[in-house]
Amino acid sequence: MHKHPIRSLAVALTAALLVAACGQEAPPTAPKAEAPKAPEVLTVKIGSASPLTGPQAHIGIDIRNGVQLAIEDANAANVEIAGKKVKFEMVAEDDEANPTKATTVAQKLVDAKVVAVIGHFNSGASIPASKIYSDAGIPQISPSSTNPKYTEQGFKTTFRVVAHDGQQGPTLARFAAKTLQSKSVAVIDDSTAYGQGLADNFEATAKSLGIKVLAREHTTDKDTDFKAILTRIKGKKPDLIMFGGIDPQAAPMIKQMKDLGIQAKFIGGDGMQTPNFIKLAGDASEGAMASIPGLPKDQMPGGKTFLDKYKTKFNQEVELFAPMGYDSVMVFIEAMKRAGSSDPAKFLPEVGKTTYNGVIGPIAFDDKGDLKNGPITLYVVKGGKWEPLETVKPETGAGTAPAAAPAPAQETAKK
Amino acid sequence: MDIFAQQLINGLVLGSIYALVALGYTMVYGILGLINFAHGDITMIGALVALTILQGLAAAGLPAPVLLVIAGGGAMIVCAALGLSIERVAYRPLRRAPRLAPLITAIGVSILLQYSAALVWGKQYIALPKLLEPSAIDIAGAQLTTLQLAIFLLACAIMAALLWFIKTSRMGRAMRATEQNPDVAGLMGVNTNSVIAFTFVLGSAIGAIAGLMIILYYGIGHYFMGFMLGLKAFTAAVLGGIGNVGGAVLGGLLLGVIESLASGYIGDLSGGVLGSNYRDIFAFLVLVLVLVLRPSGLLGQQNGDRA
Repeated sequence: MHKHPIRSLAVALTAALLVAACGQEAPPTAPKAEAPKAPEVLTVKIGSASPLTGPQAHIGIDIRNGVQLAIEDANAANVEIAGKKVKFEMVAEDDEANPTKATTVAQKLVDAKVVAVIGHFNSGASIPASKIYSDAGIPQISPSSTNPKYTEQGFKTTFRVVAHDGQQGPTLARFAAKTLQSKSVAVIDDSTAYGQGLADNFEATAKSLGIKVLAREHTTDKDTDFKAILTRIKGKKPDLIMFGGIDPQAAPMIKQMKDLGIQAKFIGGDGMQTPNFIKLAGDASEGAMASIPGLPKDQMPGGKTFLDKYKTKFNQEVELFAPMGYDSVMVFIEAMKRAGSSDPAKFLPEVGKTTYNGVIGPIAFDDKGDLKNGPITLYVVKGGKWEPLETVKPETGAGTAPAAAPAPAQETAKK
Repeated sequence: MDIFAQQLINGLVLGSIYALVALGYTMVYGILGLINFAHGDITMIGALVALTILQGLAAAGLPAPVLLVIAGGGAMIVCAALGLSIERVAYRPLRRAPRLAPLITAIGVSILLQYSAALVWGKQYIALPKLLEPSAIDIAGAQLTTLQLAIFLLACAIMAALLWFIKTSRMGRAMRATEQNPDVAGLMGVNTNSVIAFTFVLGSAIGAIAGLMIILYYGIGHYFMGFMLGLKAFTAAVLGGIGNVGGAVLGGLLLGVIESLASGYIGDLSGGVLGSNYRDIFAFLVLVLVLVLRPSGLLGQQNGDRA
């Protein structure tokens, strides 16, 4: 900003000395350059988009809470960008888990001049919205969208901090083949971008590992009666039933499985790995398995502190993606700091270069914007609770071994 | 064969619930010539009221049958009152209006009920607390749970009682008279207003029982659950011949079985092109076919001026 930063610094120092010397009576010195510590507050708006109403509201609110917590922390830490004090503001919008509403919300956020967006929750919402953010040049980190297509559109602005279904589906299949020793499987999806993507990826890998896919069924994300599908599946006698979908369907499905006397094991993706699934399914949920990108909540490097802080603040447990939402904000803020600007055009290139140690662990992106080496954890319902079974690193070529180790330690402390 | 038997059982249980809801549509249509599109949502309210009562009393340690009677009774009272007031407020003022007006009002009432429920119960799925431990009976390799059996038998009993009531009781006779010609029935000393109000009360109370059954069967409730249910039950009523109580029973059971078999075998029949997510198409395909081939339904009379 100033022509001679050293000189202005000197001026400021003298001023400070003078102030110290003269106490209250400090004369208004240094008229030619205002001190660089002058409290010029820059307001930076960060958008959060997730379903805040509807059947998936509990998950969407969780994300928003994570974002809110991060923004409050950043404000409390007096973040400065290029010497200016910054006040971050959250603009939270409700996309109702609806692809059409998501584009409206995206446009609203762009119009509100947010510099970055955390969202959306659903792949079906993130994908159409990403075009709007990309056109506006605003970077977007999805805390949760796992459909591979999201980052495959060639946009420079799309990032995610979860492993995608291209990694999650195959991981589930490998787990089924190796750990569960499944020989045959029936695959059901809920006809959404998320559910079908996950199920397709699972199916492909399962076949390649020699598991027989006995049936491939589709339902919808509104249905609660799966008796017909399950009866058909029962006739084929698979070892395992895999469901790509969300808890409001997964819960009645497993209940009806038990009603029909189906002995097969039940496995699914992160959409059903929620406390809500257990609440809705009751005892029937016992033994159900599900994968979730990332480490178990309490095994995250910053997990314990984060969970406690979240609980104190919101008086409820972390549902799913609050830590991802929190870290996404921090990734943006770090990028702004490095770029020395809160202008999306300036800090966007820095987002891709992130190496940040967040609550969820080390975060770095590959050139598509996907999380590098994101771990996936498998859980099982035991005694009415999700218990972690094992954590797997996806076997995708890029950076298998050390990527995580020498991450800059400076940020770890900052929670 | 056991798969077929299982699909048949699934279909009959589902169909008996459809039939109960269809009764509400068909009775009102028979008397007023009005399609009460809000009826599916009255059932939803019944379901959620029953669910709330069950949740509230789950900890009280009462035996399950007592709980169910309280929940069912509570839901019936709420729904009967709701049916009565909807008729009084939304339909009675429009009784002499062109047919389109009450139809649109019905759709409005339906939306009003849905979003009122969303306000009261929220938009989340609500789970039923653990209550029953239905055991399974093995029939030719198919599983029939005691709950399914109970739902089916209770539904049949209600339908039989209703048929008997309409055939033999004084009120039933008044209902039939009003159905045939409200003006003449009025001249003969039938208080048509109270007959119509009674029809709404009866239909709504039966809907409340259907709601309770759905809650017990699927274990979860949701403010939007009445929408598709209402459409299916309406289809069932048309299939059987709308306005005809026996027809609604037949239509409901048939629709349940058709749907169940369709979603069970569609994948095999279409070579995997269509999945069971296309199940709902069948309900409406049946509706279209019935309307084209036999507009008065399976058991409907051909009385040109009213149907």
